[in-house]
Amino acid sequence: MGKKAQSDGEMLKGTLDMMVLRTLVTGDAHGHTIAKVIERSSEDVLEVEQGSLYPALHRLEDRGWVSSYWGASENNRKAKFYRLTPAGKKQLVRETNRWRQMARAIALVMGEKVPVKGGTE
Amino acid sequence: MNLRRFFHRWRADAELLQEIDTYLTEEIAENMARGMSPEEARRQAHLKFGNPQRVRESLWQQNTITTIDTLWRELKYAVRTLARTPGFAAIAILVMALGIGGNVALFTVVRSVLLKPLPYRDADRLFALYEHNANSPDSYSFLPVDAGSFWEWQRATQSTAEMAMVSPWQDYSVSADGGKLPEKISAGWCSWNFFPTLGITPALGRSFTSDDDRPQAMETAVLTYSFWKRRYSGDPEIIGKIIFLDARPYTVVGVLPASFTFSSAFGGSKVQVWTPVQREAPHALLTTYEDHEFLVFARLRKGATLPRLVDQLNAIQAQIQATHPDPAVKGAVIGRTMLDDVVYSYKTSLYALLAATGCVLLIACMNVAGLLVARSAARSKDLAIRAALGGSRLRLLRERLVESLILSAAGGALGLLLAWIALGWLVHVRGDMNRVEAIHIDGTVAAFTVGVIALCALFSGLVSALSSNGTHVMVALQESSRSHSGGTARARLRKVLLVLEVGLTVVLLVGAGLLLKSYQRLRSTDIGVPEENVLTMRFSLPEVRYKEPVQQVAFFEQLIGLVRAVPGVQAAGLVSTPPGEGWNGDRMMQVVEHPPLPKREVPDVMVRGAEPGYFSAIQIPLLRGRIFTLDERLQRANVAVISRSAAQILFPGEDPIGRHLRSEEGGDVHEVVGIVGDTRWDVAQPIRPTLYWPIYGNHGTAATIVIRSTHDVESLALPVERVISQLDPDLPVSDVTTLREAIGKSTIDSEFSSIVVVAFSVIALALAAAGLYGVLAYLITQRTNEIGVRIALGAQREQLLRLMLVDGLKPALFGLALGLMASAGTARLIRSMLYETRPLDPAVFCSVVVALLLVAMLACIVPAWRASRLDPAQALRSE
Repeated sequence: MGKKAQSDGEMLKGTLDMMVLRTLVTGDAHGHTIAKVIERSSEDVLEVEQGSLYPALHRLEDRGWVSSYWGASENNRKAKFYRLTPAGKKQLVRETNRWRQMARAIALVMGEKVPVKGGTE
Repeated sequence: MNLRRFFHRWRADAELLQEIDTYLTEEIAENMARGMSPEEARRQAHLKFGNPQRVRESLWQQNTITTIDTLWRELKYAVRTLARTPGFAAIAILVMALGIGGNVALFTVVRSVLLKPLPYRDADRLFALYEHNANSPDSYSFLPVDAGSFWEWQRATQSTAEMAMVSPWQDYSVSADGGKLPEKISAGWCSWNFFPTLGITPALGRSFTSDDDRPQAMETAVLTYSFWKRRYSGDPEIIGKIIFLDARPYTVVGVLPASFTFSSAFGGSKVQVWTPVQREAPHALLTTYEDHEFLVFARLRKGATLPRLVDQLNAIQAQIQATHPDPAVKGAVIGRTMLDDVVYSYKTSLYALLAATGCVLLIACMNVAGLLVARSAARSKDLAIRAALGGSRLRLLRERLVESLILSAAGGALGLLLAWIALGWLVHVRGDMNRVEAIHIDGTVAAFTVGVIALCALFSGLVSALSSNGTHVMVALQESSRSHSGGTARARLRKVLLVLEVGLTVVLLVGAGLLLKSYQRLRSTDIGVPEENVLTMRFSLPEVRYKEPVQQVAFFEQLIGLVRAVPGVQAAGLVSTPPGEGWNGDRMMQVVEHPPLPKREVPDVMVRGAEPGYFSAIQIPLLRGRIFTLDERLQRANVAVISRSAAQILFPGEDPIGRHLRSEEGGDVHEVVGIVGDTRWDVAQPIRPTLYWPIYGNHGTAATIVIRSTHDVESLALPVERVISQLDPDLPVSDVTTLREAIGKSTIDSEFSSIVVVAFSVIALALAAAGLYGVLAYLITQRTNEIGVRIALGAQREQLLRLMLVDGLKPALFGLALGLMASAGTARLIRSMLYETRPLDPAVFCSVVVALLLVAMLACIVPAWRASRLDPAQALRSE
């Protein structure tokens, strides 16, 4: 874990699951890809800690939000691919909504201008 | 939490390793694509990933169920600790196995025999009804019922009960047919509604109808399943076929189901063929109020209760007695459930045995608890350190319980095996017991075993855990061998356990002593003749082929002549029933020369038909007069020989020779010609007056051949049977047995109980002795230092020996006192099992006291002696 992650890359609790699910919307992926996608999409602000990613993937699989299968990676290695299940999609919607509420609430507290709920400014 | 995940942790871990590997390969490839050297690419990838071990650990933990994991770890820990002291573990497990095994075995027997319902429909509504003497002090005598009363009962209670009567002590000779030998079988007469009353439907054919149960009906029979299988090889076409019983043709109308069993307080479990009573029994027997030949079973209808039924019958019976004033007519009725009726004679002894095994189990638990306490004492520092380092009390307690649970579970498993073996043995030796065929280990027994294991684990675990009350961590840590507070506290608890243990042992020993003494009394009872080397076998002449008395006598005479000629036969004789082999017939006898007695006071004597050679063959001594001669037969058979007690009762203070006796039933008169010694009809019963008349005449058709030899009398059975079959190939011989075996059979219950209780009490005594030894040895190790100081300061060794001995014996003495008090109470409970032995027999109590003190002394003397021989220098240096 780099210093950057310690200062501002630390993830908010519970958001990793959501981001993993979000990543899988675009297609099945294995662990390395998932981490890369999250890091790239956050413009390298977020660094995924492997110590939480893999347990999180197993947890999501246990809950039935993702399913998995073995396939070949880009470099022809045996890799475990994860796929979003219908239940996972529903969960993603729930968590996204929750996240939006939270983000808005925090923004309000911090005195930033936020769009009025349900419409534009 | 997901159990599946918990048990698949290894697979998840393997998958994770593969995923990590993929990640690193991808990262390295990417880094190399960015232009890094292979080493740098690898280094950076590993840096980025961090420690793979941590990832694995966190996933592992995520998949773990903590409780199970800890429990598993504790289990492993306990097994390891126990394995480190295999001697201790083996002893504890063995002790538990004995305790649990005995209990499981006895529980199985009690449940199967005493508690499980009989295999009939709604068996709890079935009752056995008997007559008994109103106003008699022995209010629990159960007398079979006379047919006359039965018909009146049945008529009067039609709305409340369905009543059936049976007479299960009949027999038939089955003729030789289809290549099968003739044989004698036990049979039962029953009223036609007997099987419907029990709720039994035949497996083949039908049961009897009221048309079969009439004097003028055709002969019909219902076979038991086993007889049908054995004799007729399970012939499916048997229904409607004719079989010959006593040389008369019987139509088989039904075969009973395999599950059908019958037994009663008066036997009947060997019945193989059932026939309708009104067709079979003589008219006189079916109408009399005086001959108690039948067992009555009733199924109560809905709403009826036994007390109300008995009240109703009591009224009827009182009426019958009023109209038939005869001593043989009884005035009262008594009933019990059919199950109670079947198992009545085993109830006390089985419950007593169960209680004995319970005592052994308690003692075993206490012993194991004592051992655990001693162990925890040895580990007290280890435990104190763990407590000081923050090991929770609960966790320490749990560990202790897990340990005792392992011991109990292993003991229980072994015990179950022991129980299985013991039950096999019991079924083998107690074939005489009603319902012994119902004994099986089943689910309930398994559940009981698990329950007992849990209780034992809890008991011994808690006792040991509580004794090492961990409040004094500091004390334990500081407890150098110079301060003994913790040690002595633990010893105190063990001493209390020991007192209880010794107390229970004393109770068991007293019980064992009483039963053993009673059994010895029983076996040493003189039945009136020497028991050794006497062989007996029964046969009875079918009336169809031996109709005339002349024919019967001719056969008897020819037979006994041939038997006497068999090489090895020293003497032989014929009698209707030899001593020790049953009741078999009694008569009311009036002395002709005396003024007639009122009916109520006419003496009742046992009657035996005998052949003149019988008395010398079985060695009944002739006291006065003579034995009847060979000439006194048929029309001249009106002579009799009476036993000494009969002479005293019938002719008090006068000479019976030449006097005459008249039988109340037949009216025939016999002249007394001699007096012989007394014999017993049952070894456990008092002597009864007996009369012998010539079997050559007097309607004798059934006889027992009595053969005496100098040695190996059993080997004569075959040659003698061959002689009989030469004479009449169709005549079955039954009950081939030695006199000793026959007597042994009637004492088997007493023999069995005393052997089992003696075995248990020996185990208990050994356990108690081990406990005494253990505690004293432990105390002395604790006090090695102190003893060393004492010796160094000049204490006498004898004094020390005495000091240690007294210390060790104290629990034994307290236990002895406690046990004696308890025994005084419990001994009364087994009174009904004792023969000529008082419950508070002083000899038994004294021997128990002496035996216990001796064993306790032996157990204590070894450690005490060792203490007094301590080398002070070594003892002091042992610090």
